[in-house]
Amino acid sequence: MIRRLNLKAWLLLLPALTLLVAFTHWPTLKTFWRSATWAKSDVAPSQFVGLENYELLIEDPVFWQVIQNNFWYAVGTVPTSIALAIGMALWVNGKIRHKGLLRLAYFTPTILPMITVANIWLFFYSPDIGLFDQLLRAVGIDGPNWLGDPDMALGSLMAMTIWKEAGFFMIFYLAALQTLSPELYDAAKVEGAGPWRTFWRITFPLLMPTTLFVLINALLNAFKLVDHLFILTKGGPNNASNLLLYYIYETAFSFLDSYYAATLTVVMLVALALIALAQMLFFDRKIHYR
Amino acid sequence: MLKVEGVSRIFGDKKVVDDLNFAVEDGEFVALLGPSGCGKSTSLKMIAGLEDPNTGTIELDGKDITHLGPGQRKLGMVFQSYALFPHLSVKENILFGLKARKVQKDEQQKRLTSVVDLVGLGEHLEKKPGQLSGGQCQRVALARAIVSEANLCLMDEPLSNLDAKLRNEMRTEIRALQQRLGMSVIYVTHDQVEAMSMADKIVLMNDGRIEQIGLPEDLYNRPATVFAAQFIGSPPMNIIPAGDKLLGVRPEHIRIEDGGMPGRVISCDYHGADTIVLADISSNGDTESLVKLRYPGHALFTAEQNISIHWKPEFEHQFSSSTRTSIDAQPTN
Repeated sequence: MIRRLNLKAWLLLLPALTLLVAFTHWPTLKTFWRSATWAKSDVAPSQFVGLENYELLIEDPVFWQVIQNNFWYAVGTVPTSIALAIGMALWVNGKIRHKGLLRLAYFTPTILPMITVANIWLFFYSPDIGLFDQLLRAVGIDGPNWLGDPDMALGSLMAMTIWKEAGFFMIFYLAALQTLSPELYDAAKVEGAGPWRTFWRITFPLLMPTTLFVLINALLNAFKLVDHLFILTKGGPNNASNLLLYYIYETAFSFLDSYYAATLTVVMLVALALIALAQMLFFDRKIHYR
Repeated sequence: MLKVEGVSRIFGDKKVVDDLNFAVEDGEFVALLGPSGCGKSTSLKMIAGLEDPNTGTIELDGKDITHLGPGQRKLGMVFQSYALFPHLSVKENILFGLKARKVQKDEQQKRLTSVVDLVGLGEHLEKKPGQLSGGQCQRVALARAIVSEANLCLMDEPLSNLDAKLRNEMRTEIRALQQRLGMSVIYVTHDQVEAMSMADKIVLMNDGRIEQIGLPEDLYNRPATVFAAQFIGSPPMNIIPAGDKLLGVRPEHIRIEDGGMPGRVISCDYHGADTIVLADISSNGDTESLVKLRYPGHALFTAEQNISIHWKPEFEHQFSSSTRTSIDAQPTN
């Protein structure tokens, strides 16, 4: 009986398990293996080289630039989009007219595919004829070359990412806000707490589970979302806006070096796992879950 | 002292609270009593400043507070759901208002210690509300309301989430606490037993209006309206049509005695200490006229049994059948 139950359980698990193993676990293991091998050409047999690929990586200046870019990209986009998301959620959760329309408006960037968004922003960012430069010219300022200037390119990408992500995160905050009892706010008012204290002592701590969830997703997205690079900068100029995942793509499919690409992928996997783990360990004790 | 004068609240085209007038003396325990939806909670919220009245004024200690923010009114409040901050410890919950009002640290500690002693929460200070029982949460809410040493404490059905036994205990406890601290309290409830047993004064509301204000014994002995007569007392007062008047007699005042009004038993409901007997006292041909009476001990009446009932004239109340208000001669004293 028990054995039959077990069999049934395994059969029910099988479809999901097949997909997970075939497309996640097995490729991950293969990537680890591949990062420790090398071959002269596509037809030559690969041979085990130990950590040689990683030595290569340490000496690769582009790798370090990409890591640095990705770091600043995360630092620049994650806290800003979270703060904006909370602000917008508080606003559209309040007593205002046309709440539904506003919520939709904020959510629109999320509905659009990244490629579409990038194309729209390409128009905004175009030198001289783009929206931003035209607006700046109207007030007498010569607009910069948003995507062509190495000092501006990464920042321009960050602005677009914040625009895209804040609305998405707002939805989570909005859902969380609606579970908070209005009596809590009545109590805070009677106790003489102003809006500032109420936010920092009540709303923000009670939103912490959402913030952790959003934070993990935002950080992962900072590494995972690179679709816009294909449209906007292709990582340029001179790798100024190149990010790790895009570099992996370039290495594998433009430079056709799948062994080095595997090595870069391992670095990314480990980094992402560590980020998620650190957040869980650090925040779990500090967050109040209901 | 709190004075509420001509206060109304309109939602859409419905007058939820209509021309509310009453006062709370210092140290007085006033119950706002009424069925659900009668506007008592809305009234309390207007006194707290959580709702804005459409008309009227609210005055606390001679100061007009009608449109003041809730935090500036110097009052404490206990909510029906307790409204404890779930992520803060018991201690932080109690101190929340003092911190918001920037009370000195040593003063905070002093008040915390005394309040915690009063409600008996000593060993739970570091716990979160989620780790406490319903009764303990109730105490935290109470402590948070009285720690501010406010002039007036508002309570919105504070016992409705507790089981019957705990409710009885807390009832006594809250009343004792109120008298010990000399607090003024406005206590919203739909439970007549709570109002009768705790309050110095009852404000009985129905459909947004005040039906009667008085001492608990006034409401019981001299109900001003048919509504008041039937809301207070269990089972409610019997209302018997008599010509252009309505007669009211409480079940506990009806005796079964020979030589009274003839009646026919319909059913008996045994409650332990007494039995509630339902009887039809209509004379032949009349429409049915039912009364309930309280018979001490276990009554052994069978259905259809003929009985004779009687009540003393001083226990009889008279109401006008058109206005449904009392037309008793008021005792002159």
